Amino acid sequence: MKALGGLLRKEVYHILRDRRTLVVIIAMPVLQVVIFGYAIRTDVDRVRLAIVDPTPDPVTLAIRSRFDAAGVFRTVAVLPRPESLDSLFERGDAQGAVAFDPAFAEKLGRGLPVRILIIGDATEPNTGGIVQAYAAAVVQAYANELGTHTAGIRIVPTIRTRFNPTRESSNLFVPGLMAFVLTIISSLMTAISLTREKETGTMEALLASPLRPWQIIVGKVTPYLVVGFASVVGVIVEARLVFHVPLRGSVTLLLFEGLLFILVSLSLGILISARTSSQRVAMMGALIGTLLPTMLLSGFIFPLESMPVVLRAISYIVPARWFVLVARGVMLKGIGLAYLWSATLILLAMASALLVASTKSFHERLET
Amino acid sequence: MRRVWFLARAEVLHVVRDRATLAQVLVVPVVQLLVLSNAATFRIVNTPTYVVDFDRSTASRGLITRFQASGRFDVTGAAASPDQANDSLLRGEATMVLTIPRDFERSLVRTGSAPIEIALNAEKGSAAGIVQAYASNIVAAYASELAARTGPVAGAAPRIEVRARNWYNPTLNYKHYMVPGILVALVTLIGTLLTAQNIAREKELGTLEQLNVTPITRGQFIAAKLLPFWVLGIVNLAVGLAVGWLVFGVPMRGSLLLLFAAAAVYLVVALAIGLWISTLVETQQQAMFVTFFIMNVYLLMSGLFTPIDSMAPWVQVVSQLNPVRHFVTIARGVLIKGAGLREIARPLITLAVYGAIMLTLAIRQYTKRIA
Amino acid sequence: MTATNAIVARDLTRTFGRFTAVDHITFEIAAGEVFGFLGANGAGKTTAIRMLTGLLAPTSGQASVAGHDVYREAERIKRDIGYMSQRFSLYEDLTVVENIRLYGGIYDLTDRDIAERTALMLERLGLGHAADQFVRAIPLGWRQKLAFSVALLHEPKVVFLDEPTSGVDPITRRQFWELIYEAAARGTTVLVTTHYLDEAEYCDRISIMVDGRIAAIGTPAELKHTFGAASIDDVFVRLARAHPPEGKSEARP
Repeated sequence: MKALGGLLRKEVYHILRDRRTLVVIIAMPVLQVVIFGYAIRTDVDRVRLAIVDPTPDPVTLAIRSRFDAAGVFRTVAVLPRPESLDSLFERGDAQGAVAFDPAFAEKLGRGLPVRILIIGDATEPNTGGIVQAYAAAVVQAYANELGTHTAGIRIVPTIRTRFNPTRESSNLFVPGLMAFVLTIISSLMTAISLTREKETGTMEALLASPLRPWQIIVGKVTPYLVVGFASVVGVIVEARLVFHVPLRGSVTLLLFEGLLFILVSLSLGILISARTSSQRVAMMGALIGTLLPTMLLSGFIFPLESMPVVLRAISYIVPARWFVLVARGVMLKGIGLAYLWSATLILLAMASALLVASTKSFHERLET
Repeated sequence: MRRVWFLARAEVLHVVRDRATLAQVLVVPVVQLLVLSNAATFRIVNTPTYVVDFDRSTASRGLITRFQASGRFDVTGAAASPDQANDSLLRGEATMVLTIPRDFERSLVRTGSAPIEIALNAEKGSAAGIVQAYASNIVAAYASELAARTGPVAGAAPRIEVRARNWYNPTLNYKHYMVPGILVALVTLIGTLLTAQNIAREKELGTLEQLNVTPITRGQFIAAKLLPFWVLGIVNLAVGLAVGWLVFGVPMRGSLLLLFAAAAVYLVVALAIGLWISTLVETQQQAMFVTFFIMNVYLLMSGLFTPIDSMAPWVQVVSQLNPVRHFVTIARGVLIKGAGLREIARPLITLAVYGAIMLTLAIRQYTKRIA
Repeated sequence: MTATNAIVARDLTRTFGRFTAVDHITFEIAAGEVFGFLGANGAGKTTAIRMLTGLLAPTSGQASVAGHDVYREAERIKRDIGYMSQRFSLYEDLTVVENIRLYGGIYDLTDRDIAERTALMLERLGLGHAADQFVRAIPLGWRQKLAFSVALLHEPKVVFLDEPTSGVDPITRRQFWELIYEAAARGTTVLVTTHYLDEAEYCDRISIMVDGRIAAIGTPAELKHTFGAASIDDVFVRLARAHPPEGKSEARP
């Protein structure tokens, strides 16, 4: 046991002395929380609108002021002709445009049909559609008022965002971010650390020592377990302090599930390192095999419903998907094992299977 | 200079003979492009929706039908009670619950207005916000339709006809939006990572020392190092574009020449950043980590995954300093919108300035003699 | 500092934090000399060489190589020197010839010169048959020869060899020393470090570094006489006993 303690200490020294990697481990989660809080958003707001009004008159001006008053739009240009619209859109200066027919009020007064053309920049499909719909709604409201001098038919939706009453988008990403950070530390770093020992040949020295193989694994992996755990706690604390992300459920359950996920990630890291002796290959393998799925296929940023069937199927075996589910459930919804038992079981199964597999492959590698 | 030529030639040999690097440059990006483009999407479709309809009237059924017919919502369950619906939210099965109260139709007929409730499952992240926007639009459109049907006599009402146009992406294909951005990300990542890793490796192996003892100047050394990777970056972009066009049908409305010219400038920035990183680290592992860390920040704030317009105002300002942002804008502008030189002049000039600054910084930072 | 001195050092010092690796060393090496830089591992030899080759800046003191000051003209010096480092520092994924050509080009040799000298070097060192083999595939002794030829390829005025014969078989060692003598005969100044103390006898003059200081300097004969020793080995041991390093066991040659 003393030998194991010595190995643990050496690992800790390694980590502490590699200043640059250390800075990255500590700074990354902190920075990620900030970035996700302020940058990863999909709200459509302050839409830059261009107006094409060949013959401004009281009606067109009235409609134009409705746009300004709607709160969603920002008029960035008023043009007499539609020709320069292309350039505006191509430069990204305008996201949408509203073009009035010429002699608008006159035709309207004489009972002739008039047209308003609403253009949305559909490069980003959602934005395009939403901009159009917002604009159309503004025009429609005005038209209804004109025609009936009443408000027309209105269906008033009350929008409730369950589990996120403050509507802060930051609340939504913390669980996913935890998975992300844990994957980096537990899978990526473990894989690299183990292969580095192989590459530099110090693994042989370890093997020649009185340490048993399982002790070597435990010794090398435990510090990352601790660091991972600390990171998760750090992310949660930061999210709560800076963004007031809720934690409605049981902290113990959350930490337990976190531990499960760490074990799964660690095993994956060990498995990857068992297959290669090159640090570069290990890193690539860890990136592609663990980080990419965590970012893309866990529902962390992109909704799983929107993906093709194949990818949705694959997501079932991505551990992060289950952890994100659990974490979101515990933090945002305050639910417990009653709802999360199946996800927990899956994580447990993955952890056990992977731990066994990684230990075995590690042994095999050692014996050759 | 001749020295640059000799060293650059050796660099090319290194790359060509290193299977791991070749895979990294040619194979991995293609695979990533294929997977990423399919996964990274905010296309709203098949949104699992629960409906609690207390009214069961023509009007309420009409609304529900509108949702189903929109192609974006999938009414997976009609709950008899709000508890059931709530449960579906707790279990994470439903993204949205639509609740229509008892006197919905009557209210509409009598007063011309009626409430409904839309509950969104915030657990679904950013997608929930978009779903809400679509839901609101459907509701508003339905209301307008009802108004048109039951409104005043046609002759008395002036008609304003609203026509809507989707420019640049009429089929609302999310991949067309994503693929250029992902391409930029991959080209950047590879260019920066390879450069940083390459020089860190020379440090680790000790071969850098032998070069430092020769009269080769910093500028010559850096030129020789960057040149092959710069070419590789362009090749990468070309391969990626080909895949994008063949597999995803990404449009190429603008001048490809312009795009590659912009890429040429952009790559200088990306590689210079990699070079700068290499002067900060001692080992390959550190190079990988630091590159990954910096790239992560850049990519998230580049408007690649989520639109810059949706970001907090201060972040939008900060992102002006992000070269990736500018190239993503250029790529999307040229490919999807068919933008010309005049339209991309601003981001292009910014990139050129960055290139000059980063390169100077990196060269200054690189030292042949340890102080 | 006369014009015939190839390397001059005066109170040259290098510290790393609180540790002094090279402690005020002073010496002069004439052009065409074969100078042996001896000392135990960690005595400061490599650090001193790195300062003289412009790889490391001195903390204090003065030095000049081939008539150029190491502070102000470090890059100029590099044109006139060759260097073979202790750790193999050429490219393993290039062939023998590719490595030579690369450095030939970097040292501004004409294509013809490169071709001629490459052929010459390969022949002299018996590496002809390995010309197109990847360096990673050839044994250590051949790699050392390759590094050696790269150091001398551009016929520099001064060449620094850091433990060129480490791990090399006796026949190759002899070949190395023959080449060293040839270079010296042509006027090249050779500074060579080694901890094979019998090789010390091959040098014109030697210095012995202990704990960053030059503890002795002179011809092998002079030193043996001064210390009343039969071999340089003995000189070394006596020096080590006279300056016991703190906290370490006696240095063994």
